[in-house]
Amino acid sequence: MADAHVHHDPNIGTTGLDNRKVGMWIFLGSDCMFFGSLIGTYLSYKGKSLGGPGPHDVFNIPLTSESAAVLLASSLTMVLALAALQKSDLKWAGRWLLATAILGAHFVLNQVYEFATFVLHDGLTLSTNLFGSSFYTLTGFHGAHVTGGVIWLMALWWQLKRGRLDARDYTKVEIAGLYWHFVDIVWIAIFTIIYLIP
Amino acid sequence: MATHAAFMPGGATKEAAATGVWSWITTVDHKRIGILYGVTAFIFFLMGGIEALIMRAQLARPDNDLVSAQTFNELFTMHGTTMVFLAIMPLSAAFFNYMIPLQIGARDVAFPRLNALSYWIFLSGGLFLNSSFLFGAAPDGGWFGYTTLTTRQFSPGHSIDFWMLGLQILGIASMLAGFNFIVTIVNMRAPGMTLMRMPVFIWMSLVVQFLVVLAFPAITVALILLMFDRFFGTLFYAPAAGADPLLWQHLFWIFGHPEVYILILPAMGIVSEVLPTFARKPLFGAPVVIYSGIMIGFFGFGVWSHHMFSVGMGPVADSVFSIATMLIAVPTGVKILNWISTLWGGSIRFTSALLFSLGFIAMFTMGGLSGVMHASPPVDLQQTDTYFVVAHFHYVLFGGSIFGIFSGFYYWWPKMTGRLLDERLGKWHFWLMMIGFNMTFFPQHYLGLIGMPRRIYTYAADLNWGFWNMVSTIGAFIIAVSILVFIVNVFKTRRNGQVAGPDPWDARTLEWAIPSPPPVYNFASIPTVHGRDELWLQKHGDGHGGAPVPKPAPASAKDIAAIHMPPPSYWPILLALALTVMLSGLLVSYYQVVIGGLLTLYCMFKFALEYHRPAQEAH
Repeated sequence: MADAHVHHDPNIGTTGLDNRKVGMWIFLGSDCMFFGSLIGTYLSYKGKSLGGPGPHDVFNIPLTSESAAVLLASSLTMVLALAALQKSDLKWAGRWLLATAILGAHFVLNQVYEFATFVLHDGLTLSTNLFGSSFYTLTGFHGAHVTGGVIWLMALWWQLKRGRLDARDYTKVEIAGLYWHFVDIVWIAIFTIIYLIP
Repeated sequence: MATHAAFMPGGATKEAAATGVWSWITTVDHKRIGILYGVTAFIFFLMGGIEALIMRAQLARPDNDLVSAQTFNELFTMHGTTMVFLAIMPLSAAFFNYMIPLQIGARDVAFPRLNALSYWIFLSGGLFLNSSFLFGAAPDGGWFGYTTLTTRQFSPGHSIDFWMLGLQILGIASMLAGFNFIVTIVNMRAPGMTLMRMPVFIWMSLVVQFLVVLAFPAITVALILLMFDRFFGTLFYAPAAGADPLLWQHLFWIFGHPEVYILILPAMGIVSEVLPTFARKPLFGAPVVIYSGIMIGFFGFGVWSHHMFSVGMGPVADSVFSIATMLIAVPTGVKILNWISTLWGGSIRFTSALLFSLGFIAMFTMGGLSGVMHASPPVDLQQTDTYFVVAHFHYVLFGGSIFGIFSGFYYWWPKMTGRLLDERLGKWHFWLMMIGFNMTFFPQHYLGLIGMPRRIYTYAADLNWGFWNMVSTIGAFIIAVSILVFIVNVFKTRRNGQVAGPDPWDARTLEWAIPSPPPVYNFASIPTVHGRDELWLQKHGDGHGGAPVPKPAPASAKDIAAIHMPPPSYWPILLALALTVMLSGLLVSYYQVVIGGLLTLYCMFKFALEYHRPAQEAH
């Protein structure tokens, strides 16, 4: 086998899938358990706080809906970035990558604004009540995931700008995309469970 | 990554020639990383053992004052934590690292540098945890660290901080290794090695890795919440603010029970390799052993609350978890019957490796029987927090995992070092350990039933617990002697041991088809696999008159020179250090956290881009 396929891609394994892609899927499975545990904690403490403010004293649903829409839109631009790269359209691949990162950054800034409002305006901190503890921890870890994703996307974009990323490296963008879509899906779950269900 | 072989300088011969400390620090060879795991974990195993001996010395007679109550708390906490996270798990990881690529016919794991990173993070975590002794702040909250005992209010010092951060560092190492091994097993198999042709050790390893990547996030979250409570004033474990006192217990045991199978399944895999080799028979009902392993892994996620019967979850929860726990005994029992049936009618060679596997079957069965007892909540209420439970889990973790791991040592030692361990000393080791082990832990069943609670640092003379405690202590020191015999064996055979050759046991699987120790590239030509016991099929056929299957064509010197192996890298150790600087910063100053975080990010970029091709390279 080794000798016959001189140009065989060393990343492609027994299953015909790329090692890095299989690894990313396993990581995402693991991350499901991570968010599952955090969401479970939030739910088990729902309505158990001994004092206010509660979720619906502080939530600004229009603002968070905008966040959700922005993050969903960023999944579209992520797909377009990968498609452009696979077609060797480096100009548009770069633009879409940058657009995805900007939308992600927008989401994070919305969250910073949201947290700041809750703390300064509503007096809800990590130590106010169980809601404050579990809400900030859950959404904060999601925000940290988005921030990590933005850094990753910016790094890919910078590599592309320097001419060190092209259609041959599409898998690198694809696995960043897997991560990005996952973080997006987790947000749909969080937005529904925490913000929308009364 | 091996995956970028095309862009890499160097080659097989370059790494093979490398010696010296620097070559070990920068190695990405799965065999060397396996040895690093083995040596490090064995040293931690000795430390955990010494902690146990001090505890046994303290308990040898009533009203003893060898150590204080506080020291005793530190000893049992560090003994448990060390044996679970720093000894048994990484000793298993040593075999995963060394044997997974060899048994599936691969040249390395899927992500060799990630593999090195796992090891260095594991080492950092272990050293960080044990450095607590130097600061006089050894963890003292028990290995399962129940809140609220471990919250800032009741554990104001740094001891729990060391424990909590140490476990988080170790968790990162385990999870990274888990991703790596799953991808390796799923995606790096030699041609012809279908899933059902994989050796049973590989199957058990695969199940373990899935347990690791799915169970560790739960304890990660539990520890993060504890960290937030202790450092940032959240209220997750503060009942005064309405918090549920059981939250920690649920999160911990959702991890903790799968962890039990993370500890035992590798040993089951080892035994499933050793028995067929020394009985000269295929593993009886191998597919059933594999399915049973998968079932154990699956059920392992549904039984965690049997650790919590005594907290009063109500009859429905108790019944469900009780039935699920009893169900898990079925696949386990199936395996035991399969192992015994493998021996039945075989031409058995009683080597040290086989003796340890037989010891495993007998001791693990006893541990399993006491386990089924406290699957029943009323019985459990009687036994919980007594020495009966201590006896039970030592029968499965020592009598099971450690016996299995020593079986693996005697079995694979010649493959790893090229020399056989001395069989006479090996048998001394086995019988001393068998006698010492049963002397130590069997009386603890009885002590538990007559009411001796676990984790007490002394007891009054008129309770009449003294005699059996003394027996138990003598047994513990016999175990220590048996470990010394093993160490003597290692040093004695290091230079003068009998040279093994590629296949000293007339064994069955692919690792024995190559020289001992294997060359850096493992397989000069990648084999094509025809069945579960590929090497046996090559040597002897299928035993039903079928002709032996063809051996792979020998590789020419030119072929070997063309093999590209990943070159060494120092980014794994630097990244592990940066991560440790960041996490340990919580104990020093937030500036250190920030600086460590930036360093971590920098190292991650260097790590990720190390083999990215230069800008100008055309294709």
